[in-house]
Amino acid sequence: MIMLFFMTKDTIEKIDADGYAEVVTLGQNRPLLLDSGEQIASFDMAYKSWGKLNSDKSNVVLICHALTGDQYVRGLNPITGKQGWWENMVGPGKPVDTDAYYVICINVLGSCAGTTGPASVNAITGKTYGIDFPVITIGDMVRAQAMLLDHLKIEKLFSIIGGSMGGMQALQWAVDYPDRAKTVIPIAATWRHSAQNIAFHEVGRQAIMADPNWAGGRYLDHDQRPQSGLAVARMAAHITYMSEAGLTNRFGRALQDRDKLAFGFDADFQIESYLRHQGLSFVDRFDANSYLYITRAMDYYDLGAGHDGVLAEAFRGTKTRFCILSFTSDWLYPTSESRHIARALNAVGARVSFADIDMSKGHDSFLLDCPEMFNIVRGFLRSEADAAGIVT
Amino acid sequence: MTEQGSRASDIRVDLLEIARLIEPRATVLDVGCGDGSLLDYLVRQKQVDGRGIELSSEGVNQSIAKGLSVIQGNAEEDITFFPDDCFDYVILSQTLQAMRRPDKILEQLLRVGRKAIVSFPNFGHWKVRLSLGLRGTMPVNNTLEHPWYSTPNIHFCTIRDFVNLCGQQNIHLEQSMAINAKGYRMPFHNLFLANFMATQGMYVITRK
Repeated sequence: MIMLFFMTKDTIEKIDADGYAEVVTLGQNRPLLLDSGEQIASFDMAYKSWGKLNSDKSNVVLICHALTGDQYVRGLNPITGKQGWWENMVGPGKPVDTDAYYVICINVLGSCAGTTGPASVNAITGKTYGIDFPVITIGDMVRAQAMLLDHLKIEKLFSIIGGSMGGMQALQWAVDYPDRAKTVIPIAATWRHSAQNIAFHEVGRQAIMADPNWAGGRYLDHDQRPQSGLAVARMAAHITYMSEAGLTNRFGRALQDRDKLAFGFDADFQIESYLRHQGLSFVDRFDANSYLYITRAMDYYDLGAGHDGVLAEAFRGTKTRFCILSFTSDWLYPTSESRHIARALNAVGARVSFADIDMSKGHDSFLLDCPEMFNIVRGFLRSEADAAGIVT
Repeated sequence: MTEQGSRASDIRVDLLEIARLIEPRATVLDVGCGDGSLLDYLVRQKQVDGRGIELSSEGVNQSIAKGLSVIQGNAEEDITFFPDDCFDYVILSQTLQAMRRPDKILEQLLRVGRKAIVSFPNFGHWKVRLSLGLRGTMPVNNTLEHPWYSTPNIHFCTIRDFVNLCGQQNIHLEQSMAINAKGYRMPFHNLFLANFMATQGMYVITRK
């Protein structure tokens, strides 16, 4: 892929020749310090943006993507060839209205859609990171995003919005950069990974590492991929993104391309076929080591840590406005977790709204057509924009 | 926003009565805030710093879309997560009778707020007494619109019952108001008359 390079004082900007995403190289003069104590001296951050930045830069909305998401919120995703993952939420006239706001989405550190991660080449050694990539946290991801925004000379964010891991980042932003986040909208998120959350991730990681093609994490050096392991990881995870009612309504016990049981281990049931498809299509677009690193970052997430587990203390003194949304059928990050966040915010006098949205389709509801979620996000942003007198 | 400002003056008459009791720029919690009409009015007309708790999805969604800080939840449980003395006023409008423990909620209102404004349908109203006394049936009318078997109102009381409870709980009645069916204040200060004539009781209460 041909890149154009621009040297600046401490960064290099590469504009992807295909025009799909912008990439900025950061950290060369000021390395990114990680929670682990390690640092990354040179790393790329890939992002995309929509809408127009207003004169006082007060209309910036940061969208944070989920575990396997990317910066392609809208428009054609060059990796999958599909439309963006949040077309129904972000765009002209949509709840996050690109006619009013300047919307930016950054591929997270450790991922594999242009931002530096384990599949990238280490600029210092000239070799692929693989398993030598440092273990990162959600806090590190947010710090890297802040560095990119510094580079873009964007100080304040009108809103930070994300679902699932995106919501976890939004909350982390509010905790780590309270003066930069005017509003945050964490959707289907949590404030710390539970034992059950960690358990499911561990199953996924073990599936990847049990694949002989993983080769101790050095598979790229051998030009191979642990595809079976990654597919199983994705299949297991995908179940946690859906609800039992959702699965029953969509698949039930319906058979796949047959009218009776085959008495074998082929995909007799539609749900099996569906999961296999989910697994297989995932391995083409996602790096297995990225999956290990990002799930690890999520497992390490605990906003109450450092405050004796008292979440409210993490938010004390906050001026940020919160709109916490959960879904009734989400059992991965259940309503009780979001309610806990809302109560913690109330305990410190923060301005918080919380709604538990009635959806039957589980955790992934935030990606689906959900008029109630759209109305709330639209109304919350509009009322706050009006109150702040944001000129667009 | 001027459009919403003018729309906000269209709130129910009895809610206007509550709004009159609240000082500008106060901190206010509306427990069971419904669609947020009263809070919205208070924020726009009196620049209060408002919060709300509401059980119904529709109410919460409408409130958030108005720009209000409202959380979806059970009032009796969620109020316990607010710190002591964090509001100037706590409003419990037409919700006391739907609480599992009205006595406990009064305690909570005055724990988190300096003052509480409580309004409730008066079961001592003469029409209610007539329905029960002569027809021998539970009353169904404009303020008590649900039949007994499906009503969310599980703890009806009369104005006298409320006054007695406050006495037992060592709660000071700062202002007592009798409200008629149209939502306006009635000129009764005598407890017997208020309890007989008012469809709603409205009280400003404080800790003694």
